[in-house]
Amino acid sequence: MQANNRWLVAATIFLSLLLAVMPLPQQWLWFRPAFPALLVIFWISQLPQALGVGFAWLVGILEDLATGASLGTHALALAVLAYFSLLTYQRTRAFNPLQQLLWVFVLVGINQVVGNWVHGLEGKTVPGLTFLWPALTTALLWPWVAPMLRGMSRRLDIR
Amino acid sequence: MKPLFTRGPSPEFRLLVLGLLAVVLIAADHYTNWFQSTRERLSGFVAPLYWLTDAPERVGEWAGEQFRSREELQEENSRLKRQVLLLEQRSQLLAAVKAENTQLKELMNAAEMVDDRVLVAQVIGISPDPLEHVLLIDKGRDDGLDVGTPVMDASGLLGQVIEAGDAFSRVLLITDASHAIPVQLLRNSMRSVAEGTGHLYHLKLRHLASTSDIREGDLLLSSGLGGRFPAGYPVGEVVSVTRDPGRPFAEAEVLPRGRMNRSRFVLAVVGDRGQGLAGE
Repeated sequence: MQANNRWLVAATIFLSLLLAVMPLPQQWLWFRPAFPALLVIFWISQLPQALGVGFAWLVGILEDLATGASLGTHALALAVLAYFSLLTYQRTRAFNPLQQLLWVFVLVGINQVVGNWVHGLEGKTVPGLTFLWPALTTALLWPWVAPMLRGMSRRLDIR
Repeated sequence: MKPLFTRGPSPEFRLLVLGLLAVVLIAADHYTNWFQSTRERLSGFVAPLYWLTDAPERVGEWAGEQFRSREELQEENSRLKRQVLLLEQRSQLLAAVKAENTQLKELMNAAEMVDDRVLVAQVIGISPDPLEHVLLIDKGRDDGLDVGTPVMDASGLLGQVIEAGDAFSRVLLITDASHAIPVQLLRNSMRSVAEGTGHLYHLKLRHLASTSDIREGDLLLSSGLGGRFPAGYPVGEVVSVTRDPGRPFAEAEVLPRGRMNRSRFVLAVVGDRGQGLAGE
């Protein structure tokens, strides 16, 4: 493994953090896609030999700092998500786009459930299943974002 | 050569260790304030994120300023002049009243009211978490803000600083579900506590005696009890009172005066705090 264009990983993660704190109207806040989670899923499926649970955990800590959530909330959620992505990346590569989309929904859903659990510990109650909306919006983004990033990382020869 | 299999600890082991670490961090962050100073120091990393997301807004504002027509500016200018004249007249009146008030208070040996020093700050972001009402402003410890500094806008109290970086602070709004502020009615100085509900246009007064003298349209001021907020700033207006005979207490709904989600500029009160209850 040579040191190559890995800066793309850092740059996209930074961009996802920006999108995670971008101001939105109050009523749209529930639908904000979980951009860092999307990026973690993508990069782990792309570079499973280099990135894993530790990488996701670090991204999570950065997201906690950026969003002002309790330190460790997103770190825990993304570490769990990273573990499941690592287990399944070989299979998901063979999935067709619709199956991939559904699988991303499940992965981000796991991420949201863990996040919601931490919220519950802190005494913040969420009405019904609203906390799962980001899983849906993130899954719908996947068919656009993944091929784009894959093309970029192929051109930059990221291995 | 590329390694065929991942080396080092297995993913299960890493997940276990890092997961436990995360849980410990969550618990520590929730139950202690060990990380307060770390967070504040790391605001150097966080603040630029919010600056960047706020940039389009500021470019838009700048463009709006630059490309304003002459007539518009003149009109605004004359409007502002009229307003200044009105306010000056009012403040002259106020000066007389204030002098009289101080004199009376001296007669009663009451504590002197101290003028608060206020600082204008700009809102550069809102918390992405829909469950909390937090604003991010561009002033911090360098400007004299600290944890607990009250923040208001032109029409009423907004909230208090909960995290102060060097040039960046987080402000918890009084409408946040975890916030409560001691208040008193302007009309009869009845004291109560206004709790946030998690809705931007709702505060609640719980556990009012069902015989208490409170009605629609009453203005609530901060009472200064608790020493966090200065006394006498408008908090909100009572919009409805529920007196259910089947319940031991009455409840009142309050519409906050501060414009929670529409203020671009806010005032941080960095002067003396905790002057006790005014007018008692």
